[in-house]
Amino acid sequence: MTPQDLQAIRNIIARAKRWDAFFGVLGILALMVGVLTFMTLFVDMAIQGMGRIDVGFFTNFPSRHAGQAGILSAWVGTVLVMIVTGLAAVPLGVAAGVYLEEYAPKHWVTDLIEINITNLAGVPSIVYGLLALGLFVYQFGLGQSILSAGLTLALLILPVVIVATREAIRSIPQIIREGSYACGATNWQTVRDHILPYSSAGILTGVIIGMARAIGETAPIITIGALTFIAFLPPLPFAGEPPAGLFDWLFAPFTVMPIQMFNWTSRPEAAFQANAAAAGFILVLMTLAMNGAAIWLRYRLRKNITW
Amino acid sequence: MSNETTLNIEPDANAAIKAECRNFGFYYGDFQALKDINMPLYDKKVTALIGPSGCGKSTLLRSFNRMHDLYPGNRYQGEIVMQPDNTNLLAREVDPIEVRMRISMVFQKPNPFPKSIFENVAYSLRVRGLTNKSELADRVQHSLKGAALWDEVKHRLNDLGANLSGGQQQRLCIARALAADPEIILFDEPTSALDPIATASIEELITELKEKVTILIVTHNMQQAARISDFTAYMYIGELIEFGVTDQVFIKPKNKQTEDYITGRFG
Ligand SMILES: Nc1ncnc2c1ncn2[C@@H]1O[C@H](COP(=O)(O)OP(=O)(O)O)[C@@H](O)[C@H]1O
Ligand SMILES: [Mg+2]
Repeated sequence: MTPQDLQAIRNIIARAKRWDAFFGVLGILALMVGVLTFMTLFVDMAIQGMGRIDVGFFTNFPSRHAGQAGILSAWVGTVLVMIVTGLAAVPLGVAAGVYLEEYAPKHWVTDLIEINITNLAGVPSIVYGLLALGLFVYQFGLGQSILSAGLTLALLILPVVIVATREAIRSIPQIIREGSYACGATNWQTVRDHILPYSSAGILTGVIIGMARAIGETAPIITIGALTFIAFLPPLPFAGEPPAGLFDWLFAPFTVMPIQMFNWTSRPEAAFQANAAAAGFILVLMTLAMNGAAIWLRYRLRKNITW
Repeated sequence: MSNETTLNIEPDANAAIKAECRNFGFYYGDFQALKDINMPLYDKKVTALIGPSGCGKSTLLRSFNRMHDLYPGNRYQGEIVMQPDNTNLLAREVDPIEVRMRISMVFQKPNPFPKSIFENVAYSLRVRGLTNKSELADRVQHSLKGAALWDEVKHRLNDLGANLSGGQQQRLCIARALAADPEIILFDEPTSALDPIATASIEELITELKEKVTILIVTHNMQQAARISDFTAYMYIGELIEFGVTDQVFIKPKNKQTEDYITGRFG
């Protein structure tokens, strides 16, 4: 190799490396657009709303006076709806995922179901709202209740739970399954003693991520008829006069955090905008807390699982 | 190539047959992996399956506990008959779970469950509906002793099985396979993932186990087959080429191909 050749190679490398640097910068910029936009929004919301956040904000019902208004009915409603959502989506989604992975014969029918589930995840949430309005609210007569809302959101996150379950199950090595069957275990014993315990971390993560998505859903909840102004709480079991039943709260009218926010942002008075910002800040914190819980749970549950 | 298996058996008067492949064949979908295999497994003896990689050793081994039933498209042909009850293990009406309860298996790579040492061994008993605590504890201890692991783990039964060394994990898997008193234990290259010392302890263990149970072991290690087995079966591309008393097969193979393989001329 002559010195000229060497110089030529170095020139080529230098030119190629300029593109390296160029893409590096481009990538960082692209990342910044996303991260900075979110950070700005979040910080702006925090600054705007911070003045409104005190104990009273959590313990007061909404009010015509912005300074006295709080999110009591909204956060209670959100928590209760989420409980129903979780209780409905987890058993259904996990059972469906386990069936597809461990029981279903692999042929075109299961392929078709798979494609459908993936597509279901992409259906706009308001369509679920319409479906739920017809099915839960009117057909089943559940009314415009916490139960209807919880079931609607459960439908919405069902594909997420199914997909998470299947992925968690698929990450279990085949040799562990074979070990179980070789001991003489049945299909169900293998699922109960191995598949479910070893995939629980992944499943829980999926459930929580699904719930974090559901917690901010507004359109389907409005569609089934959640109220925007609620100045009472759902009845506690066995409380009040005449005493409420154990499950009466399921059928109570309700509101949720995003609807409360929406209601406040549509008011002309500036003071209500601060309320909306404060509520939004808390909603984001709730979502972040759920994602944090997902990460922690995954870490905790996976600690004892090595293949 | 001849379809006739070369038999190389000295008249061995006191060996009873525990199981026997009769005109046995196996298909992965359309692919025929095993052809017309006729082979006895002698009671409380170690039979080694040897042959070049891909010749069908694992496929044959996994037919004995109907592992292939777990996957669609697999098909058995012929019979594997188990004694003393003369049951054809492959018969449609015989439940594969029943077969696996009689014939247990140890895999190539140690595969303890991500559970405690105790629960790993107890699992074979739990699937049989055993729940009595003291009986479970007794039998787990007995199996761990049988697998020469008890002294090393008796103070840490609640530790994860995965925290053991590779050789200990494999002995844990042997304890699991022993726990429910199987009639046959299948080993698929049980030492190929282990170091020489762990390998030696597993080999010693296998020699002890044959007092109580019939053993079928796949190995790619000629010396191992010579050391631990009583009978050796040499396979080549899905066929059983030679079967006989290990000493005979290794010292005076009757088939030229067996000789070439054993002396390292191919494979
Ligand atoms: N699941 C499977 N599907 C299709 N062919 C297989 C499968 N497993 C093994 N085979 C084929 O069957 C033959 C025997 O394989 P195997 O029993 O694993 O060989 P060995 O254990 O002797 O190395 C090989 O040709 C292998 O490619
Ligand atoms: Mg093999």
